[in-house]
Amino acid sequence: MSAEVAEEHGHGHAHHPLQCHQFEDMDQQNETYIVGMWSFLVTEIMFFGAMFLAYTIYRNENPAVFIQAGHLYLLKVPGGINTVILLTSSFTMAVGVYHAQKANRILQVVFLSLTVLCAFGFLGVKAVEWYTEIGLEHHLPGPGFQYKVTPEEMKEHLGTDTLPAAQASVPASKAQLFFCLYFAMTGLHAIHVIIGILIIGTLAIMVARRHPAAKYYMPIEMAGLYWHFVDIVWIFLFPLFYLIPKKG
Amino acid sequence: MEHTSQEHPEHNEAGSSHITPWTVYAIVFVVLLVLMGATVAASFIDLGPGNNILAMGIAIFKAALVVTFFMQVGGSSRLTKVWAALGFIWLAFLFGTLGDYLTRNWLKVLHPGW
Amino acid sequence: MSAADLPPGLPGGPEPVRPNYLNWSYTVRDWLLTIDHKRIAILYLVSISIMFALGGAAAAVIRAELTSPTGRMLESETYNKMFTMHGVIMVFFFLVPSIPATLGNFCLPLMVGAKDLAFPRLNLLSWYLYTIGGILALGAMIWGGVDTGWTFYTPYSSIYSNTNVAVTVVGIFIAGFSSIATGINFIVTVHKMRAPGLTWFRLPLFVWAHYATSVIIVLGTPVVAITLALVVTERLLHIGIFDPALGGDPILFQHMFWFYSHPAVYIMILPSMGVISEVISCFARKRVFGYEFVAFSSIAIAVFGFMVWGHHMFVTGQSLYSGMVFSALSFIVAVPSAIKVFNWTATIYKGQVWFTAPMLYALGFIGLFTIGGLTGLYCASLAVDVHINMTYFIVAHFHYVMVGGATLGYLAGLHFWWPKMTGRMYPEGWAKLAAGITFIGFNLTFFPQFIVGYLGMPRRYHFYPAEFQIWHILSTAGASVLAVGYSIPVIYLIWSLKYGALAGPNPWGAAGLEWQTPSPPPSHNFDTVPVVTWEAYNYEEDVDEQAEKGRESMPGVVGAIEEEQHRTHEH
Repeated sequence: MSAEVAEEHGHGHAHHPLQCHQFEDMDQQNETYIVGMWSFLVTEIMFFGAMFLAYTIYRNENPAVFIQAGHLYLLKVPGGINTVILLTSSFTMAVGVYHAQKANRILQVVFLSLTVLCAFGFLGVKAVEWYTEIGLEHHLPGPGFQYKVTPEEMKEHLGTDTLPAAQASVPASKAQLFFCLYFAMTGLHAIHVIIGILIIGTLAIMVARRHPAAKYYMPIEMAGLYWHFVDIVWIFLFPLFYLIPKKG
Repeated sequence: MEHTSQEHPEHNEAGSSHITPWTVYAIVFVVLLVLMGATVAASFIDLGPGNNILAMGIAIFKAALVVTFFMQVGGSSRLTKVWAALGFIWLAFLFGTLGDYLTRNWLKVLHPGW
Repeated sequence: MSAADLPPGLPGGPEPVRPNYLNWSYTVRDWLLTIDHKRIAILYLVSISIMFALGGAAAAVIRAELTSPTGRMLESETYNKMFTMHGVIMVFFFLVPSIPATLGNFCLPLMVGAKDLAFPRLNLLSWYLYTIGGILALGAMIWGGVDTGWTFYTPYSSIYSNTNVAVTVVGIFIAGFSSIATGINFIVTVHKMRAPGLTWFRLPLFVWAHYATSVIIVLGTPVVAITLALVVTERLLHIGIFDPALGGDPILFQHMFWFYSHPAVYIMILPSMGVISEVISCFARKRVFGYEFVAFSSIAIAVFGFMVWGHHMFVTGQSLYSGMVFSALSFIVAVPSAIKVFNWTATIYKGQVWFTAPMLYALGFIGLFTIGGLTGLYCASLAVDVHINMTYFIVAHFHYVMVGGATLGYLAGLHFWWPKMTGRMYPEGWAKLAAGITFIGFNLTFFPQFIVGYLGMPRRYHFYPAEFQIWHILSTAGASVLAVGYSIPVIYLIWSLKYGALAGPNPWGAAGLEWQTPSPPPSHNFDTVPVVTWEAYNYEEDVDEQAEKGRESMPGVVGAIEEEQHRTHEH
């Protein structure tokens, strides 16, 4: 930006080097980016929300399926670990944004990298879970789906080998519906985690290599908003799939 | 031509306004972990329908904490707050679909033989 | 040959044309990598026109087939593919983006006095997403076809259909993101980039309409996106929730689908209504009667439009009580639209009416939209809908609002802003003729469809009882006339690019900031940042004088802005 132009503006302030041409000043630009990012997050709320609607309807109509399949096969330990990992990643991301706002380059990189690390950890736990679900227990919906609950399994997980009649006979087909919802919703969430890794990882690299665009904290704040949203989706997914009460 | 911070110190920070201290985030993080522990613990206790309500209630509260503090909606403009709220309110419209599912049997109950 | 006949710039010829957004560069790169909202609007104009032609061709095949009650031309499956293609293209690739992506992209920043939209690169991405989605969907529909109908009802679309459902749906999914990008851009621009002094209630109603449209886009499109994504996963991975054999509910698909697709029809009509507000006030030389009512009615349509989706499902097995609620709300949602029609009529009353082509299209809109809207109330009545659902009555109803309404509005806007976009006037005589032919052709096409639908002709059938044939023949005759009506503007609008009379900044004497900049506008829109002190539609005063009084002059800014433009075009 040439000096003559800066003087001719007559208002006493020049264009900030990070300001885009369509904006009058940085405040307008920053607020615009935040509002824009929230508008996008609203679309994500409706995107995931529709699946939560489907979940609510099917759980309302088939409580026995959800209790049995959820209790027997969706284990609290991996689910719980993943929740802790994701909450931690949200914390590290928030601190990363803080350091971006403070223009502390190295700490930005540290906390963004920690966030990405947590995300990989999440995916790792998920991979183990899915390997068990798909590879060992054959619960991936489709032609290879198998569902058979033995009395020993019921006793072990539900604490009794005699169940109310409704819960005793859950047809495999309806269990398949449960797993369709499980894989669709956690799968969609996992896709968003992967996208998050790509975005946050790229930003971390750009900051580390002193890329000129990385001097601006706003992309990191926007990535943070996205990442917190991904965390919020899991905050709801966790109790809905992993903490289904025994009595529905 | 670059503006360096020595020449124009008032533009050093690209317009960043109020910055939340990271200690706030740390406190919120601990609260979130405690709430998560509470949800898990509650799931081992049989409260009947209360289980679902409690679990969802805690989840909503956790989400609210993330939105308010981590996403800094608490300190942002009114427009941002409106948009954040609107998304969740609109979800309620979508859940109006439940009205169909919950009332499908009414016809058989109220008008047997139809 | 006189000096005036020579192209500009040659010795003895007229003065070289001043730089504007069209002529500062002619390279392909500067068009395909532009971030100028005006250029992106032109890119969209081209894409959307191509889509309209293809959708229209599918319609021509349908209408030709329906002249015979025994379906002589096409196999049943081919016929199914034709009406699916017509619906998918016209809904997702023409009507939803048409006005927002072309006229909205072009005029919105100008109307709010901004240099560009809030996110220019997102705008360009939006066009690329539209193009990619369009190519995918078109490819799938042309090579192999899709026969599920544009509504993709399950379980046929998710399990049983053997056609290219997945690729088409992915194309629509991608186009949905294009739509969302435009919506986000518009919302943020209207909130954050208005010129000094331009309060909400001084905004043109076109802007209000696009704001409401964008809110609908942002809140509704993701739902259809996930719904269609679930159809694809069910087809490809067998992970689906709509399969009745697994306890899934096909009606849930319909709930989720129509949760977007009903507000989608408001996405299609609201921008058109915005155009009508602009055109009618300009050509009646009067401010819009009841400005606040019209503005708030746009918001009311956006809100209530989300509460009525079940009226597409009255006969599907949905709960009767749910149906009653949706029916009542559907009656309520008609009220804001009626308020607009009353206000436009009151605007024209005692105005000085100037029957230009845009005004003719706008007047046609008011009549045809009223008919379409009123017949919508018949459809919203539960008992009547039992009989007319899935008949040609419904087809006629939605074509009255979408063609007689949205498309006529699009044509009105295209003509109204043509001088601004191109710097040329179109030939008025031909335009009026085309408007008349379109109006006649449209009514001849679709009015018989009300009758034949009421008599019991089902939709999506190409075999029908012989007694309906006369109505179908009338309809096809009308379609031929309509095709002529649509083709004439294509010819003269392209002709006008080279031979049309040069237009000044404000050939209509219209109010609105877009008319306070040269035609075509320079890349940076305004040489001086406008400061707005006047109300919208200030036709009582001289509009140009008012704008002059409000202009804030900043010395030396023109060169600085052009330099900046060059810099931004580099990255």
